Amino acid sequence: MNSSLREETNQWREKIMVHKDGALLLVDATSGQFLTIVSMPEGIIRAQFIRVGIHEGEHVQCLERLPGGTIVLKKNRQQIAIGHQLAEKISVLPFDEGEKP
Amino acid sequence: MSYDSDEMNLSHYEKHRHHDGSSRRREAGPKTIVLVGNPNVGKSLLFNALSGLNVEVSNYPGTTVELTKGVYGEYEVFDTPGIYSVSSFNDEEKAARDIILDADVILNVVDGMHLERDLFLTQQLIDMGRKIVVLVNFMDEVRSSKIEIQIDRLSRFLGVVVLPIVAVHREGFEELPSVISAAREGVQREELHSLLHAALKMVGSQAEALLVLEGDEFIAARHGVPPGKHRDEIYVKRRNRVNYIIEQVARDDSARVRFSDRLGKWAIRPLTGIPMLIAALYVAYLFIGKFVSQTVVDFTERQIGKQYWEPWIRSTVTAFLPATSWWNGILVGEFGVITMTTTYLLFLLLPLVTAFYIALSLMEDSGYLPRLATMVDRSLSVLGLNGRAVIPLILGFGCITSATVTTRLLGTEREKTIATAILQFAIPCSAQLAVIAALLAGAGVGPMAIYIVVMLSVLIALGTVLHRILPGESAPLLLDLPPMRLPRLNNVLRKTSMRTLHFMKEASGWFFLGALGVGIAQSTGALEVVQNLLVPLTTKWLQLPAAASTVFIMGIVRRDFGAAGLYQLPLTPMQITVALITITLFVPCIASLMVMMKERGMREGFVIWIGTWIVAFGLGGLVSQIVM
Repeated sequence: MNSSLREETNQWREKIMVHKDGALLLVDATSGQFLTIVSMPEGIIRAQFIRVGIHEGEHVQCLERLPGGTIVLKKNRQQIAIGHQLAEKISVLPFDEGEKP
Repeated sequence: MSYDSDEMNLSHYEKHRHHDGSSRRREAGPKTIVLVGNPNVGKSLLFNALSGLNVEVSNYPGTTVELTKGVYGEYEVFDTPGIYSVSSFNDEEKAARDIILDADVILNVVDGMHLERDLFLTQQLIDMGRKIVVLVNFMDEVRSSKIEIQIDRLSRFLGVVVLPIVAVHREGFEELPSVISAAREGVQREELHSLLHAALKMVGSQAEALLVLEGDEFIAARHGVPPGKHRDEIYVKRRNRVNYIIEQVARDDSARVRFSDRLGKWAIRPLTGIPMLIAALYVAYLFIGKFVSQTVVDFTERQIGKQYWEPWIRSTVTAFLPATSWWNGILVGEFGVITMTTTYLLFLLLPLVTAFYIALSLMEDSGYLPRLATMVDRSLSVLGLNGRAVIPLILGFGCITSATVTTRLLGTEREKTIATAILQFAIPCSAQLAVIAALLAGAGVGPMAIYIVVMLSVLIALGTVLHRILPGESAPLLLDLPPMRLPRLNNVLRKTSMRTLHFMKEASGWFFLGALGVGIAQSTGALEVVQNLLVPLTTKWLQLPAAASTVFIMGIVRRDFGAAGLYQLPLTPMQITVALITITLFVPCIASLMVMMKERGMREGFVIWIGTWIVAFGLGGLVSQIVM
C-alpha cells in the first residue's frame, strides 16, 4: 500500500473513532460478527453496494475475515467478497445477534 | 413507505403510464428480443434455444465486449453480457445498456436460487418502462432445496409474465412463443413516477429519463442535460421494493446448512482452501497435462498434423510452386505459414486451449472460481492486482496468448498491464512446462530449487515494481459469490466452445502473420544474423554452448521448440538451470507477442517485449556467473 493510501486510511480511522462510539473499520471485524453499516465511500462502489442492499443503517454479517483483511459479507442470502483496501473505507458497528439495534 | 396496494395497481400512474417511445430506435428494422440477466443465469442457453445455429458474433462498437446476434422467427435476438444493473460502470454495462434501450422485448433471465440479487435488475427494467418477460431459471434446484417461489404472486407484484424454466433441460421452453408475445410493461411505482415527470420533459423516453435521474453521465450527455443526483435514493428504494417482494413471494425452508454452503466456506479459508486448490490443480494437471497434452496432442499433432496434413499440403503446393522456389519455403517450408501455423493452431493449441477452457468453465460454473479469487485477493494485492487476476494467471500456464486476451476482464488499465507483463515474463505456458519439468527432473533438486526461486522472485518483483511505478490505483475486489453448485455439463461445454472459438478467432490471424514474419526473416538470412549476434552473449555471459543461441531464437517462433531444442545440447545441470531460466523469461512466442501488441498497444507491447530480452539475458547471466 502506498503512503498516501495509508494516510487516507488513518484519516478514516480517526474520523470514525471521533464520531461513533464503538464503531470499527470493516477490515477489523471478526468472522461471524453481526454489523450495522455506519459509513461507506462515495461513487460507483457505493452504487454497487446499494444494489445488493448494503448501505448505511443496514445489517449484515461478516461471514469470513481472511488473514490480510479480505472480508466476506452476508446480506440475507447474498454473499459479497470485499478486498481489504475497500474494507478499510467502510465503518461498521457490531451488535449481538437477536438484539438488532 | 407502503407497498400494500402494489400487487396490481391501476391508479393514476397506471392509467397514464409513460410510454416508452425509444428515442434511439432504428428506423424500420426487424423487431428485437434482448436477453438480459446477471452473470451465469443461463441467458446463453436460452439464446441458443431461440436462435439455433444462425449466430453472428461481433464486438460492440468502442468496446471489447462480444455481442451475439441470432434470428428467431420475425425477431432478431441479442444475447448481452451479464450485468447486475443497467448503468455505465463498465464496458459490459454500457454495451448492454444501449441494446436494452433499443429492444422491443426483453427476456429477463433470473436465477431462482438467487432472486434477491437478480430482481434488482428486473425491477430496474420495469422502472425503465420496457416490455419484459421474467424467466426464472434453475427451478429444479429451487424445488429440491425446499425454497418456495410463488410464481403467480411474483408475476402480480411485478406486473409482467413470469415463466419458471430449467434451461439445461429446456423445461418450460415450449411456452416461450406465447410469453414473448405477452411481454408487457410492469407495475410502475408511485414515488418514481413523480420523479420521472420532471425528467421526461427533458429526455424523450422513460428508460433514458430514468437513467439520467440515476446519474448516467453518458445518457445525460447524449441529451445535453446534467446527470441527475438521485441514484442513491432510487437504488435504495428499488432495493427495498425487491426485498419486500421477495418476502412476500419466496420462502426458504432450508434451515439446515447445506453441504454446498460448507464447501463454499472451505474454499475461501486458506487452511482448507489451499489444499482444495492443490487438489483442483492436480486433477486439472491429470486432465490437461497428462491426458490432453500427451495422449490427445500426440495423436493430433504427430499423427494428423505431421503424418497426414503437412505431407499432403506440401505435395499439393509443390505441384504448383517448385520446391526450390522462395514462395514454396514461405508457404510450406520449415516455418511455412500453411504447414506450421495450421499444425500449431489446430493440432496443438486447439486441444490444449479447449482443455484449459473446460477446466476454467467447470471452476466457474461450480462457483469455485470467485471463491478462489477471494482467497488469493490479499496476496495478489501486493502485486497491484485483485483476486480476479487469478483467472488470466492460471490460464497462462495453458497458453499465454489466450491468457493475454483474458486480461480484459480486469478492472483498470494498470491491472491489465501488470497481469500482461507477469504473463509474458514469468509464467511458462503448457508447451514449455512439460519440457522444463523433464529437464529439471533430470538436473536434480538444486537446479529445480534455483529455477523456482528465480521465477517466483521475478514474478513478485515485477508485480511490486509495476504496482509502485504505474500511476493510478488498482480496483479493489468487490465480488458476488454465487452459490456452490454442481457444474452443468452442457453449460460448461457451451462456454468452452464459445471461448475456444473466440480465442481461435482472435489469435489465428496473428499466428499467420507471425509465422510469415519469421519465415521471411529465415529465408532472407535475418534470423541467422540475430542468432550470430547472440552467440558471444550466449557463450561468454551465459556460459552455454553456441548452439543454445539457436534454441533461444527458436523460442521466438514457438516456446516449446525452444525448450525442446535444449534436449539435444550436452549441458551440465547448472547449464540446464541457466538455459531454462533464460528461455522462460525470454520473449514469449510470436502469437502472444502479436496479441499483446493488439491488446496493450504497440508502445506498451514493445516495452514489455524489450524488457523480456533484457531481463532474460541479464538474470540468466547473473545466475550463471554466480553458480558456475
